[in-house]
Amino acid sequence: MEEVDVEPAVTNIPAASSGTHLGFAWGPGDILVYETLYKASGTGSGDIHEVRKDEDIYSPILRKLFNESHHIFVGLQTIREDLPSKNKKPQFVSISKNYRSVIRACMEELQQVAVSTKVAEVAMQYGNQVSILLAIELIWNLCEVLFIDAAPAGSLLLHLLDWVRLHKADVDEKAREVLQSESPAEHRDYWDVVVSYVLQGRLEEARQMLVKQATLQPAARKMYKQMDTLLSKMPFYNPGGTQTLTEFDVKWRHWHEEVDRCLQDNSFASNKHLELICKILVGDEDTLLEHKDLLSTWYHFLVTRLLFCHPTVKPTELHYYAQSCLTMFLDSRSVPEPLDSILLAAFEFDIHQVIKDCSIALNNWWFVAHLTDLLDHCKLLQSHNLHFGSNLREFLLLEYASGLFTHHSLWQLAVDYFDHCPEFGRVYLELQIERVPLDTERKALKVLRICEQRQMSEQVRSICKIMAMRALRNNRLGSALSWSIRAKDAAFATLISERFLQDYCARGTFSDLDLIDNLGPAMLLSDRLTFLGKYREFHKLYGEKRFREASKLLLSLMTAKIAPRSFWMTLLTDALPLLEQKEVIFSADQTHELMFCLEELMSSLNTTTAGTDRPMQDEDIEVTKVELLRLALARNLAMAIVKEGTVEA
Amino acid sequence: RGSLQWESAAPAQYCLHCCWHIGVIIMFVARSIAADHKDLIHDVSYDFHGRRMATCSSDQSVKVWDKSENGEWHCTASWKTHSGSVWRVTWAHPEFGQVLASCSFDRTAAVWEEIVGESNDKQRGLSHWIKRTTLVDSRTSVTDVKFAPKHMGLMLTTCSADGVVRIYEAPDVMNLSQWSLQHEISCKLSCSCISWNPSSSRAHPAMFAVGSDDSNVTYGGKVQIYEYNENTRKYAKAETLMTVTDAVHDIAFAPNLGRSFHVLAIATKDVRIFKLVPMRKESTSTGPTKFEVQIVAQFDNHNSQVWRVSWNITSTLLASSGDDGCVRLWKANYMDNWKCTGILKGDGSPLTGSSGQPTAMSTVVGSSVQTSQNALNGMSAGRYFFPPLDPPRAGTRYGHLLPPSSLIEHCDAEPIQPQQQALPHRLSSRALLPLPEAEGQ
Repeated sequence: MEEVDVEPAVTNIPAASSGTHLGFAWGPGDILVYETLYKASGTGSGDIHEVRKDEDIYSPILRKLFNESHHIFVGLQTIREDLPSKNKKPQFVSISKNYRSVIRACMEELQQVAVSTKVAEVAMQYGNQVSILLAIELIWNLCEVLFIDAAPAGSLLLHLLDWVRLHKADVDEKAREVLQSESPAEHRDYWDVVVSYVLQGRLEEARQMLVKQATLQPAARKMYKQMDTLLSKMPFYNPGGTQTLTEFDVKWRHWHEEVDRCLQDNSFASNKHLELICKILVGDEDTLLEHKDLLSTWYHFLVTRLLFCHPTVKPTELHYYAQSCLTMFLDSRSVPEPLDSILLAAFEFDIHQVIKDCSIALNNWWFVAHLTDLLDHCKLLQSHNLHFGSNLREFLLLEYASGLFTHHSLWQLAVDYFDHCPEFGRVYLELQIERVPLDTERKALKVLRICEQRQMSEQVRSICKIMAMRALRNNRLGSALSWSIRAKDAAFATLISERFLQDYCARGTFSDLDLIDNLGPAMLLSDRLTFLGKYREFHKLYGEKRFREASKLLLSLMTAKIAPRSFWMTLLTDALPLLEQKEVIFSADQTHELMFCLEELMSSLNTTTAGTDRPMQDEDIEVTKVELLRLALARNLAMAIVKEGTVEA
Repeated sequence: RGSLQWESAAPAQYCLHCCWHIGVIIMFVARSIAADHKDLIHDVSYDFHGRRMATCSSDQSVKVWDKSENGEWHCTASWKTHSGSVWRVTWAHPEFGQVLASCSFDRTAAVWEEIVGESNDKQRGLSHWIKRTTLVDSRTSVTDVKFAPKHMGLMLTTCSADGVVRIYEAPDVMNLSQWSLQHEISCKLSCSCISWNPSSSRAHPAMFAVGSDDSNVTYGGKVQIYEYNENTRKYAKAETLMTVTDAVHDIAFAPNLGRSFHVLAIATKDVRIFKLVPMRKESTSTGPTKFEVQIVAQFDNHNSQVWRVSWNITSTLLASSGDDGCVRLWKANYMDNWKCTGILKGDGSPLTGSSGQPTAMSTVVGSSVQTSQNALNGMSAGRYFFPPLDPPRAGTRYGHLLPPSSLIEHCDAEPIQPQQQALPHRLSSRALLPLPEAEGQ
């Protein structure tokens, strides 16, 4: 397929236009641009400009469109693959209608804001968005009729009539004005309304209007009666009825001949308005083209022409009529607009061209992504021999979802879109989700949950590490520890445990007791963390006056080498009050082990601290502490031997 | 007519046939920030999450900016970093805390760490950055500085005009004052830029590309690819892009999307995109991977020299800056055809700039409006269908067009939450019971 050569869009930056360079930096959602010079020195304005794309993302009203359509999208993805496609058609049509009703709702809200605002720029901005949504809905509706519903001959025209009526509803507005006036039949727009009704095939409404005129002109009563009969007799195909298409065609031809006869008879020659209506009914092209202002678009002309000339048009014949109507209607305007080309491509059943032109003409991935996804589910992309069918769908969904990801709350919707892109969805999600700012712990947990559900272990680890580092920098040790346990980051857990122990040595208290008390198996992540947990357990036992268990644990911390050597003196000091208890807590064997630990510590201290000049005062305290310990140990040993001997005896 | 009752319809005043502006990427200036540097800005760098940025300038200083809740940028730190022009500034991954590196004409690179300041500083919106180290090994201007991919640990790479790439490592991430020079790689040509391949270590050995701005075309390829060899524990040259003979000013590996090949963008006299496809290794071979080098795209739209290239997060867009004074955005379609899809261009009306601004933080907001106006002026790309709204009238005709109530829902905006702890800690740290008085003493 030939690529349309597209001129790139130019965005003006308030900066010098010549002689300087523009430097830039990519961010997750925008690009920063600044004046600079790469070759030599010079001066720039010193301003940095934040340039964004996906402007729509930031519109609070369009945000509802994104939210609502997300639900529909997710629902569509869960439609079972195995159902025969015939059974799924009504579902697809109803999904298509749901999408369109969301567009409508959005459009109406935008319109209200645009009308009620007093700021001209805002009104214009919203007005622009309304017009974009209008075009989107128009295209979507046509695609629904032609591709998704795929109406056969007969029903096709009825659907197209609905389509035109829906998108050319200014006639209702005009009719209301006419009817509310004092004398509707004399209103200057009266005949415009009647003719417009006829052009849209709303013959019942046209007849009701005509009655008002007839009562004013008793002389022409017969003529009005004749027109009323013609209008009431016009056959419309009833797809649910028993009548076959051929029977309908025969009936319609009879009616058409009757109208033609009236025209030949000059039945309405005395009333130019009725004459005009009669000419329309017979499908006179010149007459139709004389009323371009009432038709306003070539596709209205097309549908009206089909209604009065070819009511049993087949889908395959549409492109011929569409092309000729476009040419006839646009003769004054030589070049068709993009919207014309898109609609024409749809009438030609060239789905790929529709999608491509839409993605070029609309600054809006929302539309092409959702429409293509729906058409892909209808298995329409393959049947049109696009070997890259599913890639096209995924390409557009990825673009749309990436845009959503730049928004501070819409990114959560994007996750589901990525989930339904089998080829690159996951890797896009991985790249995008790690950039979501982790402003709060709550948000971090939200991001984390999404990553965990998808087994994105590297992202999980990274988020936890970032949070642990941040907590540590802010001296929130408990939070830092729990995040590094989640990250399974042993080195960091060791570092934080160390900080906990330092804090304890300095202050004599532990912070974050709940966390440390409930470490459980997480304690095994690092040796130092194990020690922290066990040491805290000792404190708990001690606090609960379970001295025997406490002393056993304390001893094992040293003998099993769980405690770092630097902490042994603290542990031995902790043993001091236990040794001083009236009751014997440490057994003779345990006391021996404690003594051994103390001597081992002293000998290692002598070798390592030799030469360091610690203040004499500290040294004195240390010496006194060791003396005290030795004394306590000796006394305890004596008591234990006596006690153990007594029991054995 | 189905379950949907739309009485309604297209408001008449919207003409669906006015100008559709063709283009692909419409961008708009969301705000302008007066950076207030006293000289030319050389580099602007976003942090990983896009909530902070750092700027550096010929005025020898670095500034750090933080984005507030409402999206405005506030300068929270500004300090003199070097005794020469600061060429580049870059952020370490947040796993390593808040760390910046800068490089300068003064032949040094420096590492900076933010320390959590006094609470009254925080209230004033200021932060403290302290210098952790100065890397003085280069004898010439240090032209680029980049952190290696995070899975390699905290590693910093510099390249300099004397043609040497240096790789430093901070073995203890809690002590950033210790950096050891791990590798010194001589590239023989004056180096201007380096880029690490962001691919994960499991799939590929560590790899970086270095570009040279030596303008002598007879010296051959100006882009060299180096790869880490596990056996020798050294970086070895894997490839020289022989077709790139002109001065190279910037180079950028694309994020790997799980592909088997690597994509490299180069800023030289034009923009080039290369594909590096690893060739199957002989099982006995221990040398560096050989690559099949394919050129994917080449654009001379900048007319002359191109100075910067950079990929967006998912590598769907490449931006380049050149002598035509424009930033151009390049994009591949689903058939992998690359095209220029957007241009950012100075309009010749710079704002008054730092000197004229009373404060450093003045911002100019509201530009979508600007875009629309530009569109009207025929200057820019408002791809709107058109038409200005009719003047608002009382009693709009759409009063009866209420959307189905199920469609009216409040948008799912995320409320700003106060800081919360991950686990419900009770912060009352109970002290160890006072030691019981030893009884019977």
